[in-house]
Amino acid sequence: MDVLYFAWVRERIGLPKEKVETDAATVSDLVAELSAREDRYAAAFADLSALRVALDQELSDFDAPLSGVREVAFFPPMTGG
Amino acid sequence: MRIAVQEEEFDLGAEANAFAAGDAANGAIVTFTGVVRDLATGDLDVMEIEHYPGMTERALTKIAQDAKERWSLGDVLVIHRHGRLAPGDRIMMVATASPHRKDAFEAAEYLMDYLKSRAPFWKKEITTSGADWVAAKDEDEDALTRW
Repeated sequence: MDVLYFAWVRERIGLPKEKVETDAATVSDLVAELSAREDRYAAAFADLSALRVALDQELSDFDAPLSGVREVAFFPPMTGG
Repeated sequence: MRIAVQEEEFDLGAEANAFAAGDAANGAIVTFTGVVRDLATGDLDVMEIEHYPGMTERALTKIAQDAKERWSLGDVLVIHRHGRLAPGDRIMMVATASPHRKDAFEAAEYLMDYLKSRAPFWKKEITTSGADWVAAKDEDEDALTRW
């Protein structure tokens, strides 16, 4: 699946987008997998309360299942307007 | 209904005129415009606005459609810019048209409240002393509970 990062999450991880091969069942499982990879991921995902997640461009939550999902995005709370 | 996510500047007068020239059944037109505000210290150089192409348009369309279901609205316009902006530049505008003033005002406030915390935009303030992402405010999230 495609995993996208925005704002300071993108800066901390150091890339805007990557393809991830995973069997993670939920968003939390995916976060745990990514965090175990490298420090920069662990740093970005250290405080999940400061993060939001979208699945296929719809706001979701960290307990949500990933089956059938093609695009996951992680970002801080939005500041539009 | 028109939703525009764009880097280029928009002409507030032309947009408002075109929007108001629609259906004469809409006796009330409300427009709101957001402008890049300088910091209290007066040293903001650039406001950089990042967004999530695809999700942004979907989120704005949903917010506008929800407003149309909730209030009697003849038309809705949302324009939101991204990229590098300077203090005083216009960031965004919303406009609502309704037969009734109350609907037009309330729907415009609703659009603004949802746009602040549910549309995937992120602002970064660049000053002479560095760059910082603008943190979301609790009061912006709390504002949604009134709807």
